[in-house]
Amino acid sequence: MWQIAIVLIIYLPLVILAGHYLFRVTMQQKTWLDPVLDKVDGAIYKICGIKQVDMTGKQYVLTLILSNAFMVFIGYILLRIQSVLLLNPNDIDNMEATLSFNTIISFMTNTNLQHYSGESGLSYLSQMLVIIFMMFTSAATGYAACMAFCRRLVAKTDTLGNFFIDFVRVITRVLMPISMLVAIILVSQGSPQTLSSNKTVETIEGKFQDIALGPVASLESIKHVGTNGGGFNGANSTTPFENPTVISNIIEMLSMMLLPGACVVAFSLMVAYRKRKTIFGKQGLSIFVAMSMLFLMGLVTVYVAERTGNPIISELGISQELGSMEGKEMRFGIAQSALFTTVTTAFTTGSVNNMHDTLTPIGGLVPMFNMMLNVVFGGKGVGLMNMMMYVILTIFIACLMIGRTPQFLGKKIEEKEMKLIALCILIHPAIILLFSALAVATTTGVAGITNPGAHGLSQVLYEFASASANNGSGFEGLADNTTFWNVTTGLAMFFGRYLTIIIQLAIASLLAKKMWHGDSVGTLKTDNTTFTILLVAIVLMIGALTFLPALALGPITEHLQIYS
Amino acid sequence: MHKFIENSKQALMITFTMFVLCGLFYPFAVTGIAQGLFYHQANGSLVEIDSKVVGSEKLGQAFTSPEYFWGRVSSINYNVYTEEDTIPNENGETAYSGISSGTFNYAPSNPELKKRMELDITAFLQANSTVKREDIPADLLTASGSGLDPHISVKAAEIQIERIARASGLSLEEIGEIVKANTESRDLGVFGEDKVNFLKANVDLYKKMTQND
Repeated sequence: MWQIAIVLIIYLPLVILAGHYLFRVTMQQKTWLDPVLDKVDGAIYKICGIKQVDMTGKQYVLTLILSNAFMVFIGYILLRIQSVLLLNPNDIDNMEATLSFNTIISFMTNTNLQHYSGESGLSYLSQMLVIIFMMFTSAATGYAACMAFCRRLVAKTDTLGNFFIDFVRVITRVLMPISMLVAIILVSQGSPQTLSSNKTVETIEGKFQDIALGPVASLESIKHVGTNGGGFNGANSTTPFENPTVISNIIEMLSMMLLPGACVVAFSLMVAYRKRKTIFGKQGLSIFVAMSMLFLMGLVTVYVAERTGNPIISELGISQELGSMEGKEMRFGIAQSALFTTVTTAFTTGSVNNMHDTLTPIGGLVPMFNMMLNVVFGGKGVGLMNMMMYVILTIFIACLMIGRTPQFLGKKIEEKEMKLIALCILIHPAIILLFSALAVATTTGVAGITNPGAHGLSQVLYEFASASANNGSGFEGLADNTTFWNVTTGLAMFFGRYLTIIIQLAIASLLAKKMWHGDSVGTLKTDNTTFTILLVAIVLMIGALTFLPALALGPITEHLQIYS
Repeated sequence: MHKFIENSKQALMITFTMFVLCGLFYPFAVTGIAQGLFYHQANGSLVEIDSKVVGSEKLGQAFTSPEYFWGRVSSINYNVYTEEDTIPNENGETAYSGISSGTFNYAPSNPELKKRMELDITAFLQANSTVKREDIPADLLTASGSGLDPHISVKAAEIQIERIARASGLSLEEIGEIVKANTESRDLGVFGEDKVNFLKANVDLYKKMTQND
């Protein structure tokens, strides 16, 4: 229990520091890396012909999609011809068409759902040129979108910021330096970083063991820093080479928590910017606290559920003092596993340090619910944008109850925005539930289910929640490398990512163009405790109304069954 | 339209620039630094006996002989195989299907989980006749997430000492010392769990046995 608390306490100063840095990078203020990086950025702008011109919201979103489209196209081709390219010491074959489609969408949308296994499915060149490349670019895309969104909320015009500039700055100034540092720490803990091929050794019992090597650490760091989550190896961060020690486990967790939290801090500073200097702006703080409350509720639930263990194993008469250890690693135990599970689904990274399919039913419900809400910090950038939808919705509902004009940061909230917000909040559950319904109604869908009973439905729900929330973890038992699963989850990831970003930026553009009104006595305060509690309540209520029926048929039924 | 073409050009160029920066420069730079600073770890933390590599201290292995510590259940048998495992049967399938990682992914409610554990408990009790059922810690008979876990709990190591002593001819004290030497306590006294690296312990057992011969 203590080890969880200590990690969370270390996180707080780090996130505030990162938030201030992020704010400076976004607002183009001076940072101490400038002397070197200004030259690097300048060179990149020159090569690409990028000029420092401001874009409207519409132009911003179009260039975002355009550049993502080029990356998808070239990445797809690379996967299809990887066997004839360089750096393929383990002689990996080309990737099949639907699997390549799924993989490329998965990495471009920052989801990192993996229907392949890294050791046997990708050459080292693909790991670097497709996977690591996309981990950087998809994270930078999400972050750029988020900052464009936040800037518009506090601006008086819709023409500001340039996608390419934001995109380049976040890679060179934030992602690249942090990833380098984290990668070296991970190597020191025992993550391999080599370009030589896998090794076969003779054991002391005279048998053979294959050892999978590769440039693991460099992928591992950006995987967490960019909240991507796709592993070098099939079993992701459970494997000792991706996550060798408890120290590496903590570093990986902090890496994935750092930037999503920093986004909220940076936003708080943008709001407070108009007034005075502060460490953590009040508006952002109220949102941060709301997210933290949801996070802690989930964390405690997983911890207790996993610590209690599986009653069926207890019945066998062996000692389950350590908790439910099926699918977990001995070096992490319950505390580090429970924390990792909550973090990876709240911050929508999707890497796993234990196998979520084997979690106890209630322990598995929490990660699923985190992804269904998709607002508990969330992936870099987009999580904050999702939460802002709920913030505005909460303001709207609260103002209706007390008969005031809804207003947020000086901008009136009217019919057009509310329609888009309602649409935005509904897309995510619609994708999850409709695709799940399709999967259980078709034989090709059901064929993927590997656990009998209620847990089978959980596997399906989890897969689509993970795809639509752009998380990427899985109830890995699901036999998902089939045309049906590759295509449906590919579409779920695609819509979950781009539809949401388009609508959210449209809302921001609408708000940016509005007149600014000063606060009066009649304005609902959105930066106090009452509002925070109301926000948490609205998030939970909408989440429960949407997903409780499905959850009751899946994990809750399974829980009742194993205890009966 | 002109604007669109210009933007496309920039988008294409930025894609290529990032291929070079993120996809090539970054991993190569990290590889260079890692190989320079942490040569042992960067190449897989390999364990050698008489300059022959026998495994990696980070990865467990499947041990079946009674004179060695047994690890946790692995769905991939720790990527360990014999010559026969690679010879295809009449259907063209091999017992070892190539390098991988993972677990059985049995849900807590899956009857297969109970069946597997029951079989393993019986087998374990047969091989360790002095051990009582309620003394078996669950980590030993549950599958690890990666299938490569190099650790078992301290208790899981202790209950195997008697069997190992009988099979190897080493004394209980000698084996107890090996367990102690390979026990990794919680980092800074708080983080993680107390555990025994059974691969390293087995390497020590091997060395001791060959020494005595």
